Amino acid sequence: MAIIKGRVWKYGDDVNTDVIFPGKYTYTVTDPQEMAKIAMEDLDSDFAKQVQPGDVVVGGKNFGCGSSREQAAFCLKYAGVGAVVARSFSRLYFRNCINAGLPALTLPESPDVFKAGETIEIDLSAGTIRCEAGVFKFPPLPEAVIGIFNDGGLIPHTRKILGTDR
Amino acid sequence: MGKTFAEKILGKKAGKPVVPGEIVEVKPDIAMSHDNTAAISKTFKEIGVARIDDPDRHVIVLDHCVPAANDKFAQNHKDIRAFVQEQGIKHFYDINRGICHQVLPEEGFALPGYLMVGSDSHTTTYGAFGALATGIGRSEMAVIFATGKIWLRVPETMKIIVKGALPQGVSSKDVMLKIMGDLSADGGLYKSVWFTGPAIDAMSVASRMVLTNMAVEFGAKNGYMEPDAKTLAFLKDRARAPFEVVKSDADAEFESVVEFDVSDLEPMIACPHTVDNVKPIGAVKGTKVDQIFFGSCTNARIEDFEIVAGVLKGKKVHPSCRMIVIPASQPIFLEALAKGYIQILAEAGATIVNSGCGPCMGNHEGILAPGERVLSTSNRNFKGRFGCKDAEVYLSSPLIAAVSALTGEISDFRDLL
Repeated sequence: MAIIKGRVWKYGDDVNTDVIFPGKYTYTVTDPQEMAKIAMEDLDSDFAKQVQPGDVVVGGKNFGCGSSREQAAFCLKYAGVGAVVARSFSRLYFRNCINAGLPALTLPESPDVFKAGETIEIDLSAGTIRCEAGVFKFPPLPEAVIGIFNDGGLIPHTRKILGTDR
Repeated sequence: MGKTFAEKILGKKAGKPVVPGEIVEVKPDIAMSHDNTAAISKTFKEIGVARIDDPDRHVIVLDHCVPAANDKFAQNHKDIRAFVQEQGIKHFYDINRGICHQVLPEEGFALPGYLMVGSDSHTTTYGAFGALATGIGRSEMAVIFATGKIWLRVPETMKIIVKGALPQGVSSKDVMLKIMGDLSADGGLYKSVWFTGPAIDAMSVASRMVLTNMAVEFGAKNGYMEPDAKTLAFLKDRARAPFEVVKSDADAEFESVVEFDVSDLEPMIACPHTVDNVKPIGAVKGTKVDQIFFGSCTNARIEDFEIVAGVLKGKKVHPSCRMIVIPASQPIFLEALAKGYIQILAEAGATIVNSGCGPCMGNHEGILAPGERVLSTSNRNFKGRFGCKDAEVYLSSPLIAAVSALTGEISDFRDLL
């Protein structure tokens, strides 16, 4: 869990949740495998066909802007994405990633330092990303929410707190 | 040092003084969900709690695809009705009531000083009534069903002062598009945004809702306006509970203060495919459109109907384009009927649809074909928003939408005077 290794899928600024998970599917596509198949449908038609476990989506500023739909985070997780790295995230997308147990890492140098398709290595414990351009440090998740992430997302975390997981 | 509006509300809910950046666990006064309640109820059941924490804090409105467009949407609605029944949720509005962000204010749930969350990004709308209102995800709503609580980060505050008097025919939509274009899609990221100034004071409550509705489009956590006599007049006979008006202290610390003077503001258009791709109308005038959409939680209230019907009275929608009209709520539909606006629009050749979100998120009632273009009074123009990634969405005020319906191309009302 602490090390994520995969290829870079590189995108730009203001990637919105409509292109990650189109609105027309939000009430009709609920099966995880089906959700994975339409991930990024209106942004990059190759993505869902070629993404491999551990791959990393990188973007610029305001990644995940727009709708509150958490399927835009979950569909990437179901597609096998290991982490999303961006210069900044919309607040709803950032929350949804934590709640999905999908690492959302803020890196001021993203996406410029990454090459599309290169293999990078993320060390979640050390807070570092190793790519061809060098090693970059990202800030840790806020203390108050790290527990949610470590428990695998908001629902498992809540079950643990309420004792309904036993 | 004084406190901002957001610090006061979150501090009160957390039971201690709070500062920006701090994360607090709080219990919202109202939690809103819509057609996504079916998915939320399934997640709630996974949590393993039998009964929801406080049914009276929840408001559920069916609006995103009403009436159901196919059997999947119908099953969704059926599951929600069963959940509402099972959990004893009183505040449930079925497919005949309108768009959630219009229904909650009309029903007196959006109140000054309230902390409100909704599993919908445009929950920010309720800030026009002095509430701290923000969008959350489906899983988060499921946890509120189970525990009543959610974590929130105390936001920094950005104060936007809108000065000057708007020129005739230029509206709060144009003001919001101007702000969007200048500050960009992340200009208010994570911030509590306070809209204030003489131009805001002069606006109707309905016009103010346009700004808070679209606050999320530039990344804001919430949009806020200080309640005044107009707000209180709207709430009279509507408010469901006693409330306390909460305002920022005079010596509160704002992270930034931005001023706009709208005295010479022109009609503005958001061009494909981002809401901050904003241009003065002169730059896009003459662009052919296949459809006009007059609807959504942004701009389909009675004052908008008055404007649009005023333009179309005795005239016809241009034969090269269609016009879809969706009132934001059933009471607005009824008032528009009583005032003759619906008659005028129907006679002009517009297609009138029942209250709901309609085509705004690509579900039904006006989806576009590849290569088509819509001019819409709604709040988002992302690729695929009207159900087709190869179509284009332009955003404007209702007045610009109405004059463009007459010509079949993006048109400036000032050319027709």
